[in-house]
Amino acid sequence: MTSTLPAWFTARQESAKTRYESTPTPKRGDEQWRFANIKQLKFDNLSGEANEADHSDLISRSTGVETPAAKFVFLNDAVISSETSLPEGVICLPLAEALEKHSDLVEQHFMKQESRLGSAKYAALHEASVKNGLFVHIPDNTEVEDTIEVHHWISGETTVFPHTLIVTGKSSKVRVIDIFRSADDSTPGLTIGYKDLYAGQNSSLDYIAIQALNEVSRMIAIKETSTARDSRSRAFILNTGAAWARNESMSRLEGPGAHSDMLSVSIPDHEQEFDQRTFQHHVSPNTNSDLLYKNTLYGHSKTIFSGLISVNEKAHHTDAYQTCRNLLMTDDCEANSMPGLEINADQVACSHGSTSAQIADEEIFYLQARGIAPDQARQLIARGYSIEAVMRLKNEKTEALVLKFIDEKFSRIAIGGV
Amino acid sequence: MSFQDTDSAVLDADTQNAIDVDRTKGDFKFPENHKFDAGWGLTSATVDYISDVKDDPDWVREFRHKALAVFESKKTPTNWATTDLDNIDFDKIRYYLSDGQKPKRSWDEVPPEVLETFERLGIPQQERAFLAGVEAQYDSEATYSNMKEELSKQGVIFVTSAEGLKEHEEIFRPYFGKVIPTGDNKYSALNSAVFSGGSFIYIPKGVKLKQPLQAYFRINSESFGQFERTLIIADEGSEVMYMEGCTAPKFETATLHSAVVELVALKGAKIQYVTVQNWSSNVFNLVTKRGLAMEDAEVRWIDCNIGSRLTMKYPGVIMKGEGARGEVISIALANTGQHQDTGAKMIHAANNTTSNVVSKSISIGEGRSTYRGQVHIPKHLKGCKNNTECDALLINSNSRTDTYPAITVKGNRHATQHEASVSQVSEEMLFYMQQRGLDQGQAMSLAVNGFINELVREFPMEYSVELKRLIDLEMEGSVG
Repeated sequence: MTSTLPAWFTARQESAKTRYESTPTPKRGDEQWRFANIKQLKFDNLSGEANEADHSDLISRSTGVETPAAKFVFLNDAVISSETSLPEGVICLPLAEALEKHSDLVEQHFMKQESRLGSAKYAALHEASVKNGLFVHIPDNTEVEDTIEVHHWISGETTVFPHTLIVTGKSSKVRVIDIFRSADDSTPGLTIGYKDLYAGQNSSLDYIAIQALNEVSRMIAIKETSTARDSRSRAFILNTGAAWARNESMSRLEGPGAHSDMLSVSIPDHEQEFDQRTFQHHVSPNTNSDLLYKNTLYGHSKTIFSGLISVNEKAHHTDAYQTCRNLLMTDDCEANSMPGLEINADQVACSHGSTSAQIADEEIFYLQARGIAPDQARQLIARGYSIEAVMRLKNEKTEALVLKFIDEKFSRIAIGGV
Repeated sequence: MSFQDTDSAVLDADTQNAIDVDRTKGDFKFPENHKFDAGWGLTSATVDYISDVKDDPDWVREFRHKALAVFESKKTPTNWATTDLDNIDFDKIRYYLSDGQKPKRSWDEVPPEVLETFERLGIPQQERAFLAGVEAQYDSEATYSNMKEELSKQGVIFVTSAEGLKEHEEIFRPYFGKVIPTGDNKYSALNSAVFSGGSFIYIPKGVKLKQPLQAYFRINSESFGQFERTLIIADEGSEVMYMEGCTAPKFETATLHSAVVELVALKGAKIQYVTVQNWSSNVFNLVTKRGLAMEDAEVRWIDCNIGSRLTMKYPGVIMKGEGARGEVISIALANTGQHQDTGAKMIHAANNTTSNVVSKSISIGEGRSTYRGQVHIPKHLKGCKNNTECDALLINSNSRTDTYPAITVKGNRHATQHEASVSQVSEEMLFYMQQRGLDQGQAMSLAVNGFINELVREFPMEYSVELKRLIDLEMEGSVG
């Protein structure tokens, strides 16, 4: 396969390798890693062996939405199953294949942005090591009604580098779901993923990442979203699995009328740690962004939210909102919030809010009075609390899938005891 | 004594734009007449020199030397703060100046040029009757100190920190450097090494001062950093309000001001610390302020920052006793060439402690205002509450504002909320007021005053009047 890779790509990989080696590892005191557990960055399995796993078993476990428009199953970055029924002109291929067949298109968009939220070193590592992923290109005036879903399985003490590159043309529409899972519950894997999302003029791009790895695995996910004139991007992250996950989400609003929704639901338990950094970058005037992150914390878990709204000079008439809410379910959980604003423009309406609180005794009492046991009542309230972000997906099938993963997590918490 | 400089400065001021009027009130200086001068730059010899002049006890000298080592070992915190800090050249600053005079007890003994300074700053003589005591700082030593007799009778101590550490060591020493340890940050270490001036106040058990205590600080030597050190101890059940206001003459090279203020409110005590900061726009104002609130005690910081080139100030409260309360009310106004980097730090260290932060900032022209906050609630506690609100108002299209709060909550028996908003004066509002005969500038001033009105009311009356006037002046010429 290596022989067929385009020259530009191998050159990029080589220079990324040098960049990875020369970039210092984040350390304590780095503002972008404030409150973070730097120890999680000691990666032992970078050169670990991948395990084979039973393909047919994984394929049968790869259920997603009803009637997907396309479905891919990857095991350790290799395709083990794929089926598509997409409109003509749509390119939807594993990245390795796209590099061969649509080298120019990939080159135009592949990792064009500098990582600014702390993980530049790991973005370089991803660039140097990426082998596969998904490339989606929607031509102008084409709408894909159903969802493209991608199942990423990891097996063995190894590292995978899944890449998702989505480009929508003028007035087009697409929705892609990535689901990250481990083949078994006990092997610690590492995922260093990267998503490049380009919403072209007047288009609609929805991207959903469901992270349900086993609780000994780790993940770094870097996402670069660019939203052009009059287009709408919607990015959703669900974190239920992994021992440690770091999400860095950058959203650039690059044309008047652009709108970006950034949504997330995280439900950590035990010792899980979710570290989320976001950046709403208003480059152009008359743009709109809205962020809602909801965390429900159990056990000894910890969340970090660091968000920044940045409004460029001359990006007037900006509306930007940022809300992070933490629901604390135990005595030992810890929520850190750093909602930030940097405003350089005029005629701007921006706000951010962050709250941390527990469920009020009155609410539990109310449900108990209606015959619901306290444990169940708490679960019910927590579920309802998460749903607010899920509902903003505005697509029933997708919402159902996300809720399925949320309910699985809640039932695991109920069994595992809190 | 010639007042040549003064006169020309005043004449100059008359011809200047109205916006500069208030600034130039402090824009004069007297011939320097310093008996002691520690020279330029900072070495351990400078520290020894200061200790010698001040006749420090050995433990203070040792404290200073340790602090110097800490200062030298700490990096400039540009990993999170503005790189403007790199423009401070510590070798081009004089760390100690004094005319070596003893603090004065009566107005008659104060040198005439100092009295003149106070006149220009607008401390009316008759205010003495109103104020419980005046201690004004001219350069690094207090040149005037007056306390009403009845306060002394009640056992209230209001002296310079130098006097405090010598005459009242048994009260002073146990708390000195305890609320803000030397190593807290680079600039608190610097202050600990070279501090001079500042106040020491002790309010005995159950004494409630009805009138505020007040001190004015002035910087009057070019490139001379002022490093005052204030310690206020309110014993059980006592109450005090302390007011600090400052103006500084304009200089051509940047000056450094780095104070450390420690407050200790023992069981049930209440301390309010009011600051109006109006340094000239070449001053680096890097201040560490923190209060310790024991059981049922309350510490309130009421803070207003209008002047300076760069202010970095995050008043904090450590709520160490059950039921303690901390509050920061802050107003910041950043005009072109200014960066107001202010905020609050609330450390909850006992059950059922509550804290409140309300911050309003206004950015005019190319001014930049920043809110940085920290709220920390550890997990072994219960019933802690924090409320944080920060609102920013942008006046011009190139004004800038940033907000960087950090909130850590552990455990599920607490409640925190944080809200921030950025907005500007709406066209409709201005139009409405112009309809009623105000010009655009007046309308803008009125809108801005409305924005901060609820906070201005927290200031003592004479300050709030002064504040409104200051804001009007700052706003002039900013629109149109």
